[in-house]
Amino acid sequence: MASSLQQVISVTAMNIRSIPSRLGTSFVIVIGIAGVVGVMVALLSMAKGFELTLASTGRADRAIIMRGGSNDELSSVLVREQAQVVLDAPSVAKGADGKPLAIGELFMITDVAKRGATTPNNVVVRGTTTRVFELRPEAKIVEGRMFTPGLREVVAGRSAQRQFAGLNIGDKVDVRDGPWTVVGVFDSKGDVHESEIWVDVDALMTASRRGAYNTVTAQLTSADAFQGFKDALTSDPRVTIQAQREPEYYASRSETLNKMITVLGYSVAVIMGIGALFGALNTMYAAVATRSVEIATLRAIGFGNGPVVISVILESLVLATAGGILGGALAYVFFNGYTVSTLNMQTFSQVAFQFRVTPDLLWKGVIWACSIGLIGGLFPSIRAARLPIVDALRSS
Amino acid sequence: MSEAIVSLRGVTKNYTRGKQKIEVLQPLDLSISQGDFLALMGPSGSGKTTLLNLIGGLDQPSSGEVNVGGQRIDQLSSRALAQWRSHHVGFVFQFYNLLGVLSAEKNVELPLLLTSLSKAQRAKHVATALEIVGLADRAKHKPSELSGGQAQRVAIARALVADPTLLVCDEPTGDLDRKTADEILGLLQTLNREHGKTIVMVTHDPKAAEYATHQLHMDKGSLIEQSANT
Repeated sequence: MASSLQQVISVTAMNIRSIPSRLGTSFVIVIGIAGVVGVMVALLSMAKGFELTLASTGRADRAIIMRGGSNDELSSVLVREQAQVVLDAPSVAKGADGKPLAIGELFMITDVAKRGATTPNNVVVRGTTTRVFELRPEAKIVEGRMFTPGLREVVAGRSAQRQFAGLNIGDKVDVRDGPWTVVGVFDSKGDVHESEIWVDVDALMTASRRGAYNTVTAQLTSADAFQGFKDALTSDPRVTIQAQREPEYYASRSETLNKMITVLGYSVAVIMGIGALFGALNTMYAAVATRSVEIATLRAIGFGNGPVVISVILESLVLATAGGILGGALAYVFFNGYTVSTLNMQTFSQVAFQFRVTPDLLWKGVIWACSIGLIGGLFPSIRAARLPIVDALRSS
Repeated sequence: MSEAIVSLRGVTKNYTRGKQKIEVLQPLDLSISQGDFLALMGPSGSGKTTLLNLIGGLDQPSSGEVNVGGQRIDQLSSRALAQWRSHHVGFVFQFYNLLGVLSAEKNVELPLLLTSLSKAQRAKHVATALEIVGLADRAKHKPSELSGGQAQRVAIARALVADPTLLVCDEPTGDLDRKTADEILGLLQTLNREHGKTIVMVTHDPKAAEYATHQLHMDKGSLIEQSANT
């Protein structure tokens, strides 16, 4: 007796070769599943893009220091004396000028309308210094120039400039206490800072009548130096502060929105998936009914029920996989790289990010498609194998 | 007298429709010898196709014994019965039941996929079977490109390619015109006479039955007359 595998291959090949004669019904599975996978991958690519944007921000050898107990930059306050303790801490790298490479920064929110809209959106204003490009070498001025210390000048992140109105060079933006002039645009490789506008920290302190920073960001001598740096600060009785590696801090800022979009993505996928599943079941039942005589003939000749069941499931899987690949491809073509901005509920500010259709999302889409195909093929295949041969032959 | 290749003892077949029990076959004994060409005749509903299905292992009796080729098949599991059919029975159906997406030679090859023959051996057997039915030049044609008579010849080639013990034919000429039907029946007769194939054929057509060596008439689930053609 030849192996069951050969029977499966023969019957499956025959089924698949007969698909062109059933194009209409077969497309029900392919298109239905492509829709499910396309929407799911698109939604998850939004979550992925947001996550990657925040996760790509910062380096392991840089630390962000906040007041102890603060959840984020906005709620943290560090007075100048506390900031000085951080600057004097061991393991803080020295800059080109021989001074500690660490910057006390202000973190504020201002209202800017999106392009083509009038409703205000929260945009992060970061008060920093001209040493910021030494501290964050991934950021570069790509248009115009850096702000001048002490003046009410703004450099806008490239993503912010694209998403929001009034951030072109020469435009005036109301940062605090009147208009500030946009003098440059910076690029920081698509990280979260690109959604911010940067101004001189002292000018911002004056305009906002504040005397304290929100955070200090420090360049460490190495990534391995972090623990020693953290221990030194947390054990210093003069300050109650906390230190985090930058990537960890920014990744934690994406958790809530990420979770929300992911839950939404899967919820939509499940609802659509149920619809597609019924489509697949209907199609495969029809496919099996159309070929009931052929299947019965094969069984009469001596082909086993197992190969019949498996071949019908495989046909369903082939169609579902085609749908999954199509849906993933459509999501990639239409959404990958698409830039949007949304409110990060953990910082109450807008973050611009790109949809990212990653290989793992495409793989998830295909797995999802195969699951629908598997269930969609299982029940019709069992019916095909259980139908008495003589009854099926009589239907001819 | 030749050895009995098919033997049925006390075979019955009942169906239940709702609460009604329908007796399709009354207790029935039958013996078919090796090399016979038996025509099963009778009006519609007489049970001849049911009897054919029992002999071919497509169905199981409600009671009684069915022995074919020395093996009792009425108690085999569905899986074992499928294996048994692949070795012992070749089927010819009224509407040919060829697989539309496969060429003639691929249709004929199907039963050989259940054997351990190599691809080359299968090709050789397929060529021989198509040669026997006179369709060697149509091997690459799809069923839709063949006439009814040619399609039935391909079906006969498929039935005999694995050299089964028995050929089981259900109205093999029921869908063909007289001339083509005679050609098909002549082919079956040749297979019986020259290749020694045992054939059981259900037919309504008295002329078709004349090609057989024996005729068996049924009515209301019982055998009513058995005769040998001269």
